[in-house]
Amino acid sequence: MIKVHDVSKSFGNLKALDHISFEVKEAETLILLGTSGCGKTTTLKMINRLIRPTSGNILINDQHIEDQPTTVLRRNIGYVLQSNGLFPHYTVAQNIAIVPHLLKWDKKRIEIRTGELLEKLHLSKNHLPMYPHELSGGQQQRVGLARALAANPPILLMDEPFGALDNVTRSKIHTEFKALDELKRKTIIMVTHDVQEAFTLGNRICLMDKGRIIQDGTPRELLFKPANAFVENFLKEQRLQLAFKTASLADLWNWLPTGTEHNDTRALGADTDVWTGLESFQFSDSKTLTILHHQKDEVKRVGFEQLIAAFYQYQKILAT
Amino acid sequence: MNEQQQTLWNFMWQQADKLLAQTLQHIGLTFISLLLAVLIGLPLGVAIARKRKLSSTVLGIAGILQTIPSIALLGFMIPLLGIGAKPAIVALFLYALLPIIRNTYTGITGVDAAIKEAAIAMGMNQWQLLTKVELPLAMSVILAGIRTATVINVGVATLASYIAAGGLGEFIFGGISLNNTNMILAGAIPAALLALLFDFLLSLAQKLSLKKIKMAFIALPIVLVLLSSLYFAPTAYGSKLTAGFTPEFMGRQDGNLGLRSKYGLKIHTVVINDAVMYKAAYENQLDVISGYSTDGRLKAYGLLVLEDDKGIFPPYYAAPIVRKDALVKFPQLEETLNLLAGKINDSIMTELNYRVDYLHQSPEKVAKDFLIANHLWKGAGSGKGGTVRLGSKIFGEQYILANLYSLLIRNYTDYSVVTKTGLGGTKICFDALNNNQIDFYPEYTGTGLLAILQAPQTVIDSLTVDSDKTYRYVKSEFQKRYAITWLKPIGFNNTYALMMRQKQAQTLGIETISNLKNYLEGKKNEYD
Repeated sequence: MIKVHDVSKSFGNLKALDHISFEVKEAETLILLGTSGCGKTTTLKMINRLIRPTSGNILINDQHIEDQPTTVLRRNIGYVLQSNGLFPHYTVAQNIAIVPHLLKWDKKRIEIRTGELLEKLHLSKNHLPMYPHELSGGQQQRVGLARALAANPPILLMDEPFGALDNVTRSKIHTEFKALDELKRKTIIMVTHDVQEAFTLGNRICLMDKGRIIQDGTPRELLFKPANAFVENFLKEQRLQLAFKTASLADLWNWLPTGTEHNDTRALGADTDVWTGLESFQFSDSKTLTILHHQKDEVKRVGFEQLIAAFYQYQKILAT
Repeated sequence: MNEQQQTLWNFMWQQADKLLAQTLQHIGLTFISLLLAVLIGLPLGVAIARKRKLSSTVLGIAGILQTIPSIALLGFMIPLLGIGAKPAIVALFLYALLPIIRNTYTGITGVDAAIKEAAIAMGMNQWQLLTKVELPLAMSVILAGIRTATVINVGVATLASYIAAGGLGEFIFGGISLNNTNMILAGAIPAALLALLFDFLLSLAQKLSLKKIKMAFIALPIVLVLLSSLYFAPTAYGSKLTAGFTPEFMGRQDGNLGLRSKYGLKIHTVVINDAVMYKAAYENQLDVISGYSTDGRLKAYGLLVLEDDKGIFPPYYAAPIVRKDALVKFPQLEETLNLLAGKINDSIMTELNYRVDYLHQSPEKVAKDFLIANHLWKGAGSGKGGTVRLGSKIFGEQYILANLYSLLIRNYTDYSVVTKTGLGGTKICFDALNNNQIDFYPEYTGTGLLAILQAPQTVIDSLTVDSDKTYRYVKSEFQKRYAITWLKPIGFNNTYALMMRQKQAQTLGIETISNLKNYLEGKKNEYD
């Protein structure tokens, strides 16, 4: 859907991007991950032409982005900023309606769409007449997301969208983000420096450094088949947690002790990641965890140590 | 104090017509220029916010315009735009420009970059970005600039009366010239109130919530246009000839008032500063002016003095007036100042004035040349015998006289001299003398009689014909009332006079003020 081909960008003598190429498939979430100054934001802003590349081509649906008016291009691409960029002189309702207005939607259609978005993003109608400064940080970010989604653009660009939020709010929004149907259909490019966020939300990750893409792959590939020492080092500190996150309970199925009766109503689905599985021990008094594997129609009941043991078995296989 | 207030109210009540007209003119002048400044300044501010390379140049030029003294700026305007509303509006416009450009630039560049980026990324074009995001968010800063410009304009607009553009300055400068505190206050108080009022109203506009700012956006130009149109409300009737009179002349018995009562002269009149009046007459901007009979520019600009055939202008013989205690403190002073008595007649004074006003020789050189030619020049004294403080009003002749006296004192006594030249008008000069800020200055008998003593009409009628009687009357009255002594007259009579361009006067067959009146009456249907 989006093709970035051999793109370079220089600011004066400074080379910000050095022959970057990648592709994003429809409905995929691509994360541009890296430290400050690695060129990830520059890359993102070239997609909606906030920055023009020095050389190289960018295509969306096989059409060159310079072949259409910028305003038309941009109205079809949602954009979410870290500092939300909400208009302080517009109400929540007006903020959400900006792009539909630019596209000259009628009032009724805007109203219906706004109502839909409020519900999906857990905002209430009471928020509509409020001004951004009257909202909490989390609410502002939700309004920012609603604004980006308002005109139903097929593509969403997100520049550190959750960077300004505290940890608790951020992980809550991460959960909602993953659960949102509307987002599952979007082609998303998201910039972040947060490795956890990248692994939680991304289908694919481009790890960048000094204007180059160091590795482009799935979270699992980055973790277990790092292209070089840089990738390994970049993930080193959080390696264990990331590994728990990239593996699902289904991945460990073969190493878990065999079935018991399906009698626990609070069973976890097998598509849950191992990290969440381990966490759930903390929240229940039970010493065991019931896991339900829908496809196989099997149920397993495991203890904490059994789960850890199965994970190490699984990891050993991956490493070879 | 209460009495003072009472008379101020009386004055304002009596002059309510004029006061209203001047106030409306003042508001009009302020807002026409403000409107122009907004129309030009706002787009310019936006433009330099877009092309920031230009910003320092544009702001620099506007800043330089701001630093030109207002009187000088009005002076520069006359050769280009003549007199009247046009140059005044242009000058005020130039003053209002800087705060508006600067605040527009600051306001727009101050809009949060993330908000601008969001607007662009959502697909707004430049115009939408400007009108939906930048201007609304910069509005309170821009309004603050407009507020500053308004207050500046209300103040500077008082000077518009110097070049016949009207406004409350007519009362203020008239009052200063005529030694009439009520008149000054009748102009100054409304001007101050206007400044406070507009400042307050704009501060309200500035505090409007972001929601209502859209309304302010629409309302502002409408209000500006409405207020601007006030200038044209009291527009005076037009006539074939236009007279330009100084604010002082306008309010004097031996000036415009006498012209009306004794001659029945009705002419379209504008108020103007005497520094630009002669030039304006020369350049056909004015037809009749109220000049001084010894003014050097008479000669330079080919102006003709109309004969005062009904004798309304009393004699204005110049003589130094000295505080009594100064004569005691400086025993040689009286004798020295009297050295000049009877030495300068009308034509000599006109010649001296011509050299200063038109040939631009320094008053000091002209004075020295005169003393040498008349064998009054001697080497300077020691200057150790105390300091005499000498004042003068703010026109060429007074500068020459001040220099003559200053040189004489240095030549003939051991006193040193401090000159305080350029004391605005009669009131300022006389108050300085009366309050022991200066020791003496040259005054005119007519001015002493009418402006300072404010003698009753019966006294004036009994004196005006006879110059000696006038001199004796003011001398004894000054002695009694202020303990100020009139020394011997210098000789020339610098009286008020109506003057016209020689050529025009000849064509129209006008030689006397009565001729002028008859000419105007004959054409009465055309200007009524």
